[in-house]
Amino acid sequence: MSSNTASSSAGSGDSSAARKNSKRPKYSKFTQQELPACKPILTPGWVISTFLIVSVIFIPLGVISLFASQDVVEIVDRYDNDCIPAPARTNKVAFIQGAAPKSCNRTLTVTKRMKQPIYVYYQLENFYQNHRRYVKSRSDSQLRSPKFENQISACKPEDDAGGKPIVPCGLIAWSLFNDTYTLSRNNTPLAVNKKGIAWKSDKEHKFGNKVFPKNFQKGNLTGGATLNPDIPLSEQEDLIVWMRTAALPTFRKLYGKIETDLENGDTIQVTLQNNYNTYSFSGKKKLVLSTTSWLGGKNDFLGIAYLTVGGICFFLALAFTIMYLVKPRRLGDPSYLSWNRNPGGGR
Amino acid sequence: MAGGGRRKRRRLHLSRIYSYTCGKSSFQQDHSNIGGPGFSRVVYCNEPDSPAAERRNYAGNYVRSTKYTVASFFPKSLFEQFRRVANFYFLVTGFLSLTDLSPYGAVSALLPLALVITVTMVKDGIEDWHRKQQDIEVNKRKVKVHDGDGIFRQDEWRNLRVGDVVRVEKDEFFPADLLLLSSSYEDSICYVETMNLDGETNLKVKQGLDATSSLLNEDSDFREFRGVVRCEDPNVNLYMFVGSLELGEERFPLSIQQILLRDSKLRNTEYVYGAVVFTGHDTKVIQNSTDPPSKRSRIERKMDKIIYLMFGLIVLMSFVGSIIFGVETRQDKLKNGRTERWYLKPDDATVFFDPERAPKAAIYHFVTAVMLYGYFIPISLYVSIEMVKVLQSVFINRDIHMYYEETDKPAQARTSNLNEELGMVDTILSDKTGTLTCNSMEFIKCSIAGTAYGRGITEVERAMAVRSGGSPLVDEDLDVDVDKSGPKVKGFNFEDERVMNGNWVRQPQAAVLQKFFRLLAVCHTAIPETDEETGNVSYEAESPDEAAFVVAARELGFEFFNRTQNEISFRELDLVTRENVERVYKLLNVLEFNSSRKRMSVIVRDDDGRLLLLSKGADNVMFERLAKNGRQFEAKTQEHVNQYADAGLRTLILAYREVDENEYIEFNKSFNEAKSSVSEDREALIDDITDKMERDLILLGATAVEDKLQNGVPECIDKLAQAGIKIWVLTGDKMETAINIGLFSSRFASSLLRQEMKQIIINLETPHIKSLEKSGIKDEIELAYRESVVKQIEEGRALLDASGASSEAFALIIDGKSLTYALEEEIKKTFLDLATGCASVICCRSSPKQKALVTRLVKSGTGKTTLAIGDGANDVGMLQEADIGVGISGVEGMQAVMSSDIAIAQFRYLERLLLVHGHWCYSRISSMICYFFYKNITFGVTIFLYEAYTSFSAQPAYNDWFLSLFNVFFSSLPVIALGVFDQDVSARFCYKFPLLYQEGVQNILFSWKRIIGWMFNGLISALAIFFLCKESLKHQLFDPNGKTAGWEVLGGTMYTCIVWVVNLQMALSISYFTWVQHIVIWGSIALWYIFLMIYGAMSPSFSTDAYMVFLEALAPAPSYWLTTLFVMIFALIPYFIYKSVQMRFFPVYHQMIQWIRYEGHSNDPEFVEMVRQRSIRPTTVGYTARRAASVRREDRFYDQIHKDLVAF
Repeated sequence: MSSNTASSSAGSGDSSAARKNSKRPKYSKFTQQELPACKPILTPGWVISTFLIVSVIFIPLGVISLFASQDVVEIVDRYDNDCIPAPARTNKVAFIQGAAPKSCNRTLTVTKRMKQPIYVYYQLENFYQNHRRYVKSRSDSQLRSPKFENQISACKPEDDAGGKPIVPCGLIAWSLFNDTYTLSRNNTPLAVNKKGIAWKSDKEHKFGNKVFPKNFQKGNLTGGATLNPDIPLSEQEDLIVWMRTAALPTFRKLYGKIETDLENGDTIQVTLQNNYNTYSFSGKKKLVLSTTSWLGGKNDFLGIAYLTVGGICFFLALAFTIMYLVKPRRLGDPSYLSWNRNPGGGR
Repeated sequence: MAGGGRRKRRRLHLSRIYSYTCGKSSFQQDHSNIGGPGFSRVVYCNEPDSPAAERRNYAGNYVRSTKYTVASFFPKSLFEQFRRVANFYFLVTGFLSLTDLSPYGAVSALLPLALVITVTMVKDGIEDWHRKQQDIEVNKRKVKVHDGDGIFRQDEWRNLRVGDVVRVEKDEFFPADLLLLSSSYEDSICYVETMNLDGETNLKVKQGLDATSSLLNEDSDFREFRGVVRCEDPNVNLYMFVGSLELGEERFPLSIQQILLRDSKLRNTEYVYGAVVFTGHDTKVIQNSTDPPSKRSRIERKMDKIIYLMFGLIVLMSFVGSIIFGVETRQDKLKNGRTERWYLKPDDATVFFDPERAPKAAIYHFVTAVMLYGYFIPISLYVSIEMVKVLQSVFINRDIHMYYEETDKPAQARTSNLNEELGMVDTILSDKTGTLTCNSMEFIKCSIAGTAYGRGITEVERAMAVRSGGSPLVDEDLDVDVDKSGPKVKGFNFEDERVMNGNWVRQPQAAVLQKFFRLLAVCHTAIPETDEETGNVSYEAESPDEAAFVVAARELGFEFFNRTQNEISFRELDLVTRENVERVYKLLNVLEFNSSRKRMSVIVRDDDGRLLLLSKGADNVMFERLAKNGRQFEAKTQEHVNQYADAGLRTLILAYREVDENEYIEFNKSFNEAKSSVSEDREALIDDITDKMERDLILLGATAVEDKLQNGVPECIDKLAQAGIKIWVLTGDKMETAINIGLFSSRFASSLLRQEMKQIIINLETPHIKSLEKSGIKDEIELAYRESVVKQIEEGRALLDASGASSEAFALIIDGKSLTYALEEEIKKTFLDLATGCASVICCRSSPKQKALVTRLVKSGTGKTTLAIGDGANDVGMLQEADIGVGISGVEGMQAVMSSDIAIAQFRYLERLLLVHGHWCYSRISSMICYFFYKNITFGVTIFLYEAYTSFSAQPAYNDWFLSLFNVFFSSLPVIALGVFDQDVSARFCYKFPLLYQEGVQNILFSWKRIIGWMFNGLISALAIFFLCKESLKHQLFDPNGKTAGWEVLGGTMYTCIVWVVNLQMALSISYFTWVQHIVIWGSIALWYIFLMIYGAMSPSFSTDAYMVFLEALAPAPSYWLTTLFVMIFALIPYFIYKSVQMRFFPVYHQMIQWIRYEGHSNDPEFVEMVRQRSIRPTTVGYTARRAASVRREDRFYDQIHKDLVAF
């Protein structure tokens, strides 16, 4: 069709060229809406092969994802309840806010060999770090440079103490997690490296190396951890990790790295300071030791999902094949067009 | 002033030979109203500066058709913008974003809005600027105005004031409504062409008062002239004028006969003097044009409903969210000196989060949430649609198939608002003259003495021939020019060597032929004009038919060249000497044509002194008037006339008789008496007398004139009918003329009316009413009119009901007067029922206002889309009233084009405009809107779900810039490409399967079912994206280096998935993949990554939490890529399954066509014809229907198709 039009317009083009200022539209495939195009329709071949391709790709991906996840060794220990002395458990909040010693000992057993690096996380649950009031309560410019020390308007109500700006200000910093863990394996101390747990970009660009904590936790109410005022923020990696707010109310944050392998059967003693108050909002606290695979931590979800969908697609390919075979149709045969489905009038 | 103007050019008292038209007006009842309410206008002629005139302070003659002025542009166009619900919503959101309530930054809310509004305003401004240019052209036209002291000077139209005296020259337009004072003719007659007012091309005679014409003959006479006109206020009635003129002490009645209306043209008269009575917007023609309404398409109006629905959803979600938020906030209350979520410091919170004031906080949250969920409403929707429509209009304007070589006119979409409406037209209301026809009559055949002459082939015959003999495939090249055979005389398309070039003398019945041609040359009221240089004679006739006769006579050797007051001169070939001789016939009487007589005659004395009555008229009145000895050729002639009628020609019977001297003297006496009588039954008296005279005629033969249809009109109408579009014809033509000359039996035989159709005629010509009219009691007549119309409508309906399921087709024909009553409030419903039951509807003698009213009735009564098409100023009201107004940019005035939405050069282009462009635009726009809501629901629901996981604190899942750029960058270009380029079916197939058009008429592609379906699809996608992302990032251990995923990683992953899913969804759902689609779809996805990198690389003070998020966190993590791949495939699987099944087992009509194309059957003519035939619903109009008249089983078919179409 397009060639037809092209030639006809070219033929009459001569005459119009003779006429000056003719308003005749110029012919182009674009303006005549005749651009070459592929016009795909979902033929049985396309449908079946699409499903087959998807299943062929998904099933192996599922298998390797699942293997990756299975490789990961993870030890999770919930301690928020157990670390309260039994008599104080009726009023945990009072205990945690009280002055009683918060030290607590936990013992973990390694059930499978863990290769270094082993990551130490704390996991909080039912903690809304993504609450809008919380997320907004920080001053990025203040964290970056001492020049902007006074930019604290976003930090209310944790903006200043006695008229002087708090560095770092805001609810996030104020509520910094302050449980600490001391690990030992078979009674020999196990070093937990707390360097390199934060994102590099945060350390280098968002938290200034000339910004030092000031007036921190000096307000009438102390939230979480205190900071050493002599160390610049860019070195306060716990703070940096904490300040990257979590997406969901259950989250893990990196505490440190163990740079030795742990063998099967090792027992790990954890001496922890149970300082952080998750009791008033019934949040759980967990200590997690985990290795990682190329895919990250232990999470079977992706692998299983890939396998399931790959399988479903395979069955769909089969189902469509059968459907097309059971209801074969010479395509385009008018007697199969829908209005003729009841030839002779079934009505 | 030219000397020629001083002397009367031709001392003709034409008024004397007319019996009816120049009847003197008298003071009637209406004149008693003058001075009363509604009749308060006072015009001081020739003294517009007098204090009395200035006190009146009538509006000037400036005419404005633009929507905006410079001053009103900003407020008014902004108002227009914010009348749109969505824009208004975003305006409110924009303001609120400046407050603390906002969940995101103010810039990201205001910037897109500003962008959207600016683009739209610029577009509006440009459109109005074009209108302004046209206004300026009209207002700057020049006319001669009396400047005092008898001196006339040129002035611009816009400067005219009421009371000015102007001098209008031949072929100029009247600048305002004028009172005719005098003309170049002694009896102050002038000829006026009212083409622009009512579409009629025949000249109308206007006559000034004796009182003024005797006083005022030249410029200098105006030095002292004074007069006062008291008349009606401006109104819409084109055929009525009530007023009086006071000259000194005397009062003279004025009627429409003395009024020259703006936009009509002075013809055939050297000059006239007139006093301005109505100016500018007070003139009747402008009063008749309603304000240009800002039209909005049906789809857009439905889109508003979707937006309301979305808004409802937003409110609902916000409400639920606010309650939960309120409850959770309240729980943070200070109890025993402690708070629940101490890290939020609820004891020291602003009102937005204060647990002590939880209800208040919840209310504030509600507002914040309404803002946050704003992403359910696509802000770029309107602007994208506008852009798409502009581009679609460019395609329409540039379409080479809608370019008309002869007048050098391409199609012109004047507003782009209504493109998709073109794909939904249910009823076309068409003007006839100039729209369907070329508005030129051509003498094409005749039957003389029982022999048929003329070898020309009519439009209709050709169409039938092509149809039955030719290829079943429709010729795609519509620009077939047929009549390119040598030089042609306008109005003459007769070819027969037996009578041409004087050969008629060798015919056996030469004497009859001579009489026949003489009759043509003599029996008419045309006025010849001799070109002094070439000696060629041209004619000015009251109707194109008449012009065609005189031209035909001239071409056959009987050249009428001069008319004086009582003589008609023509040249003819002398049978004996074989030389041209001049003959002069004395013209004694003209018995004019009128509607009841359906004939016209002249009484002449030929150069031998014999008295002759020459007569021509409609077959039914003429055959019964033949003398016993005059019926020699009756049977043959009757046969020929029927043939002509079948071929779509207007026929007239020609007959004559010799009149006895005594009989004539007696007739003349009584005729003159009757003419001068002033009694009310004057016309009846004249009728009686002439009726007695026009008897015992001797038949000569019949003529056949073709009111030439425009090229391709029958084919076009047939295609449109096959597409299921109903066609109504609203014409200004007289019904009587129409019926008489055969319009109904034959004119549209090809297309709208068929011989075997049952005609339901509604008029007010019953004897009962006639007698009542004579009695003259106004109220009684009114009542009788109404009763009669109601009765006739009900009879019609009864007839229709009685025919029931039988396939008999009805045609409804109604005249203007009856229409007035049929359109009354109580009756119009019934009338509409009747009309929609009929296959074709023809309204005759309808005024512009009535055309508009009928259009409104159809539009509001059926609720379907109407398209009006017309070419004259008389169609303006109708064009503006209809959902879509299409103007024919023909030779005549520009009024129709200027008030139309789309202008095309020829009626036949309507086929491409509707079936191809209309269908495409419709399917594009509807898919586009569906897709828009799909993608925004996908986006919005993820935001909502995420917010639910932040204890409804209105925390968005994404960075501010991600939020505001989603609609602008990452998803909008593919939609625009879809709206501009997608073709479900190629143009060729649109023509091949006209029924495809029904998808638009029944609005299948934009049904709630489809809209909700797409929304549901969006919901599925959103659920898949959110929950899959959330689950695969559970515990946030997503990175081999042990880093955890924060808010920005989850957001980034989800956003990536959304960009992929919505763009792949697009790729999956379009059916026309050009390089443009490839670029925009893959480009949008690439753009997202590029943006993410660039934005992430900017200083953290600008990029905030998106700083380095891609390069550092997302890209190195394999789980990010695996998640994206999984989510995007998974989210598309439901749609893919649905589409596969539906495409294969339940295809919609356009999908069937896609199968046919795919299977390659399109090149198998037999096969396609089979499918196409099967797809045709029973058309009751069009020649397809005619041919298929025997095949009556399609009824079932149609139902089935209808069901299938609806079932989707």
